Amino acid sequence: MNQHKLILAMAAAYALSGVAYAQSARDYISIVGSSTVYPFSTTVAEQFGKTHSKFKTPKVESTGTGGGFKLFCSGIGVQYPDISNASRKIKSSEVETCAKNGVADIVEVKIGYDGIVIASSKKAQSIALTRKDLWLALAKEVPEPSTGKLVANPFKTWKDVNPKLPTHKIEVLGPPPTSGTRDAFVELVMDEGCKDFPAIQELEKSDKQKAKAACGAIREDGAYIEAGENDNLIVNKLVSNPNALGIFGFSFLEENLDKIQGETVDGVPPDFEDIASGKYPVSRPLFFYVKKAHVEVIPGMKEYIAEFTSEKAAGDEGYLSNKGLIPLPSAERKQVAADANNLKTLAP
Amino acid sequence: MNNKPVSPSTGSEPPSRDIKTIVNAGLKRRHAAERRFRWYGLIAISLGLAFVVLMFANIISKGYPAFWQTYIELPIVFDPAVIDPDGQHDPKALENADYAALVRTSLRQLFPQVEGRHNLRALYGLISSNAPFTLRAQILANPALIGTHQSVWVLASAPVDTFVKGNISRDLDEAHRPIKDQEITWIDQLTTDGRLKQRFNTILFNHGDSREPEQAGIRGALMGSLYTLLVTFLLSFPIGVATAVYLEEFAPKNPWTDLIEVNINNLAAVPSIVFGLLGLAVFINFFGLPRSAPLVGGLVLSLMTLPVIIIAGRAALTSVPPSIREAALGMGASKLQMVGHHVLPLAMPGMLTGSIIGMARALGESAPLLMIGMVAFIVDVPRSLFDPATVLPVQIYLWADLPERAFVERTSAAIMVLLGFMILMNGLAIILRKRFERRW
Repeated sequence: MNQHKLILAMAAAYALSGVAYAQSARDYISIVGSSTVYPFSTTVAEQFGKTHSKFKTPKVESTGTGGGFKLFCSGIGVQYPDISNASRKIKSSEVETCAKNGVADIVEVKIGYDGIVIASSKKAQSIALTRKDLWLALAKEVPEPSTGKLVANPFKTWKDVNPKLPTHKIEVLGPPPTSGTRDAFVELVMDEGCKDFPAIQELEKSDKQKAKAACGAIREDGAYIEAGENDNLIVNKLVSNPNALGIFGFSFLEENLDKIQGETVDGVPPDFEDIASGKYPVSRPLFFYVKKAHVEVIPGMKEYIAEFTSEKAAGDEGYLSNKGLIPLPSAERKQVAADANNLKTLAP
Repeated sequence: MNNKPVSPSTGSEPPSRDIKTIVNAGLKRRHAAERRFRWYGLIAISLGLAFVVLMFANIISKGYPAFWQTYIELPIVFDPAVIDPDGQHDPKALENADYAALVRTSLRQLFPQVEGRHNLRALYGLISSNAPFTLRAQILANPALIGTHQSVWVLASAPVDTFVKGNISRDLDEAHRPIKDQEITWIDQLTTDGRLKQRFNTILFNHGDSREPEQAGIRGALMGSLYTLLVTFLLSFPIGVATAVYLEEFAPKNPWTDLIEVNINNLAAVPSIVFGLLGLAVFINFFGLPRSAPLVGGLVLSLMTLPVIIIAGRAALTSVPPSIREAALGMGASKLQMVGHHVLPLAMPGMLTGSIIGMARALGESAPLLMIGMVAFIVDVPRSLFDPATVLPVQIYLWADLPERAFVERTSAAIMVLLGFMILMNGLAIILRKRFERRW
């Protein structure tokens, strides 16, 4: 019979501790969102925790941009996250969801840029890519040269795409559709690369939706290989397959320069200076979004925002640049920091 | 009735081949078949073993260096002008002093020839960003150190550590290594001066997660795993055993219990992510339990472990021979006494084995925890069931995804620790079975 009492006592203890929790508030910042911003957000969180000993270190979840906004916009209260990281701007539909759940005042903070690189093994000969060639190589349907009609992509080798390119097979390892990096790649490379073709321009005039779909659709016949969300995996696969190209974030290129090389896009190499100056075409801004209603309730939020926007972190030689974040231009950075620290909310 | 007369028997004729020749004729073929089968088995096992050895060799060779960490000895002057200008030993002033300046001064003294902002920045990069905090901790623990000269061993930064371990080749073109030529000369000078040493990496076991590889540890994940498994065990073991006993010994055999049985067997095969979704919907959204807490993780994992324990428990109960039950009942024991005094103790080793194997599976699970927010960067080591926490497999997943090269070896080291715990638990299950299981 003793066992039964033990089980009962245990159950009672759990029930009581549950009640005790419900009454206490959260004393750490809860951050969710993009896996691209995760390495930067965690670095700031750790620095923040170390320098401000009176606050706990924030908790950073890597949920993806969309998943982050879903949690962030669920409502106001300690059970909902305070900050959402994003590798794109918040969508108007997400702002509406937020407003519907009582999350009216949102502060947007732009933290810098992330370059998306197209890289290959160091053993491979580097190839000079253009966005047009990339689109031709990766689009699901391309215009037939003679008629200009859209047909299923017939190109097998890079030479088919552009006679100046090498003869090996088109093989590109990249992120799956759930990834923010893929969205950015489509927006910055595919949507730009398709613009010059008469077939697409005509489609654009008649049916914008269809044109967008035709530009952004990536082929599914094995030339583009979805390699999962893990960028380290792509790096390793590139090393073992010199003919393949890989698509991933700039920080992975920077850490593995002894094994892989970044290819130039439209003649610009993917290096720190060229991404920072905006010359390199495939880069996107990164953001985090703050729930204003939480700022006074959760301890340390103002200090966290101040830390993230400080010169020490996001500046030209800040510790985030060591982690691969490309800083904003100095004037914009000052403006962003001022707005963020004054908690200037998104214009409705 | 026109029965045909029975034809005359052919029995008198000798059989064309006697039984011995038939056996002998087939014997060679049968022996060959058996030999082939043995070979197939041997090949299958050695293939399996080869892959296990390959996996272990790969993980251990990658992860072994992570148990060592490079330290650099710096001569530090605890300058009162920097730390404590007022001379009051005010704890607040001591806490906020610029300890990084002490590190920089010390490095400049060691390498007086280094000049220029860019080069100095590279020089300061030899030392982990944790060094100022090491100095701060020393001063806060013992303010009497102010004004003295001390030599302090501080952490080297991750690229230096990776280089010293030989994971970055010196022969590469300078542009392609994180450690440049001038940094190599500094490292070489430090090594010849005896100021650079590798020590056992205690940080890996004492610290929580960090974004700096040299400061990252698995303590937080280990404690998270421990709390989570504690909840899982406390919930799933009693409930699982009680369910198994009721279904096996007390429940009537009818379509309802059949349905329950089918469902339990089904649940054991459900993908674990489904339990994560269930946990999110029920425990977090409905009951309002905190996200990322080991309590919720334990609840979700016990949902996953329960069917395993119930199935193992029922198997253990059926293996207890009916004669024991009949003898107990014959002596006048009630049914509950029969189960509690005789059947359950005999079935317990089998049940424990099943539970431990179920727990080992729960220890290695990460997918369901994604949904309930345990895939997160958490620096502070959890102290209760409600603190945000992560678990070992999740820590491995998170580290594997980071760009810094030095996390590769730490990922493998964390896998080694996880494998160690797995072997420990499965070994315990085998020992329990060998020692206490009775065969009839």
